[in-house]
Amino acid sequence: MTALTVAAQPDRDASLRPVPWRGMAWVTWRQHRVTLISLLAVFGALAVFLWLAGLKIHHNYAVLTACHPFTSTACQALNNTFNHADWTLANILGILMQLVPALIGAFAGAPVLARELETGTFRYVWTQGFGRARFAIAKLVLLAVAVTAVAWAFSQVFSWFFRPFLAQEDLSVLSGTVFDTRGIAFAAWTLTAFAIGVFLGTLFRRIVPAIAVTLGGYLGLSLATWWLRAHYPVALVTSNPSISGNGPINVNDPWVLNTWFTGPGGKPANPAVVNQVLALFPTHGAPLVKETMAQAFAQRGITQWWRYIPVSRFWPMQFIEAGWLLVLSALLIAGTVWLVRRRAA
Amino acid sequence: MNVMETQDLGKRYRRDWVLRECNLQVPAGHLSALVGPNGAGKTTLMQLAVGLTLPTSGGVTVLGGQPAGSPAALNGIAFVAQDAPVYKNLSATDMIHLTRNLNRGFDHRYATSRLGELGIAPGKKSGKLSGGQRAQLALTLALARRPQLLILDEPLAMLDPLARQDFMATVMTAMADDGVSVLLSSHALAELERVADYLVLMSGGRLQVAGEVDDLLACHRVLTGPAAEADRFAGPLRIVQTRRAGAQAHLLVKMSGPDDPVPPGWEAHPVSLEELVLAYLRSPGTETPPGLSLARPPLTRPAEPSAVTR
Repeated sequence: MTALTVAAQPDRDASLRPVPWRGMAWVTWRQHRVTLISLLAVFGALAVFLWLAGLKIHHNYAVLTACHPFTSTACQALNNTFNHADWTLANILGILMQLVPALIGAFAGAPVLARELETGTFRYVWTQGFGRARFAIAKLVLLAVAVTAVAWAFSQVFSWFFRPFLAQEDLSVLSGTVFDTRGIAFAAWTLTAFAIGVFLGTLFRRIVPAIAVTLGGYLGLSLATWWLRAHYPVALVTSNPSISGNGPINVNDPWVLNTWFTGPGGKPANPAVVNQVLALFPTHGAPLVKETMAQAFAQRGITQWWRYIPVSRFWPMQFIEAGWLLVLSALLIAGTVWLVRRRAA
Repeated sequence: MNVMETQDLGKRYRRDWVLRECNLQVPAGHLSALVGPNGAGKTTLMQLAVGLTLPTSGGVTVLGGQPAGSPAALNGIAFVAQDAPVYKNLSATDMIHLTRNLNRGFDHRYATSRLGELGIAPGKKSGKLSGGQRAQLALTLALARRPQLLILDEPLAMLDPLARQDFMATVMTAMADDGVSVLLSSHALAELERVADYLVLMSGGRLQVAGEVDDLLACHRVLTGPAAEADRFAGPLRIVQTRRAGAQAHLLVKMSGPDDPVPPGWEAHPVSLEELVLAYLRSPGTETPPGLSLARPPLTRPAEPSAVTR
């Protein structure tokens, strides 16, 4: 064969500029536009549905609260409609909301890099001049921001839709299934689910196992968080009996975590005496004495204490929850990038 | 400049060494063929060179000393993996745009005009292209990056004879026009015999022999003579392969130079490339004794970088 000239000079350009980041915006959009468009379409349609249904529910609620006297047949009929037809829909939607982050994590997060690894296209894309770690960082950050923004917007619509039921259905904004669909918690959970999916997809290099484990992992994490939330350092302690919430449950009732008794001088109370007092106030039926429970305890030198989280701590709790979820997501994405750098072909 | 250089390079997956003690220098300006049976370690060597895999031991540099996988290496090397992976749901135009966004330099005009010549509809999804068209698309994307080194892993395996010819024509044109160096792997030598001018032979995870094809042919001979005397040569000459046919023995030997004297009573014949390759692959245990490298002696002409088999 003919003699060949030697290839162009080796790249002695010491200031080898990296390929500009901006190219990744188009690359990410082109590679994931089907996912992103479907995500927007599904959430857009759901938001419109929530808005239309919400208008009706807010109207029903306004009519119901304005209805006097409450015991009249007309008012009871309204109450019935609201607590059955409307609440059934809201309750189902509330349960589905719990699943949304898990579904996004599994079906939008897990395939992001697993598909590249499964189909072998990583051999193309990781050998381009852009560099594989930068590729993973750019793509994951862009997708994470998009997914989180969509989730945040959607959770605002849902919170508005759900608002009338808080008072009506004995729920508080601190209730387990309400707290994580409001504020910034829902967006944070969606981000974390996405990061879990991405990480597991890269770890397993297969989409289907990654989807399964993402769903399971998310479920475990969210169940563990119900327990964890009671331990956020926002709880207060009081011996003021108004906390115990006699009478109708209110939206603004605090979340009582636990209660205990102390005897004279702050020593632990005698359980026999405590039980004796409690027996005077049966769960069903009228009390056996004229005093209130607090008075009955006070007469015997016993103080009842409550540890509780007031509704006013909603935002500190939201920031705590969103904060650790954000840290966890960042760690998962960093772990994914580490796997991408280390991963053997 | 060496487009690729390895030092004691080894790669182990779990317990299996798929590549070991590989010391190789591939000079620039060649179409180098990496030949060996399946499982010889060719793909592993290539993936180490492009930075897709990290070595278990030793090291590999490319383009005159750049670490494999470094930004400069990624920038100067275009790699087409086995089966020419492209995004099946993207069109050829999208693939061009994608590659352009992911690289510092990209010759957009070359890419689009090549697709035109190849008759690949720009809007057609890559997944709907024929095997030959997909390979050509991947090659076009790689060449449009204007690389210094083009690495192709088994590019011809999936192609029919006509598509092979077209594919190699594109590669040869790029070599002639831009002086790009090419490293190409194959488990069959036949399809590369006429085009490759540098040969790297591997088997069982080890480098068997490497060098310019002309040099390899010049320093190997088949010696034919009495079988009884065959063992005498074990000392001074390196015997790659011994075949006995009755009273006659055919020894494929490596000589220290083309002018080595032929022992009395023996006849020397030149060796064909195929014979040479098969001999090395049939006897993968043969090792070059220390000091007997395949490099030409410096007296003849400045030594070409080539391999030492250990």
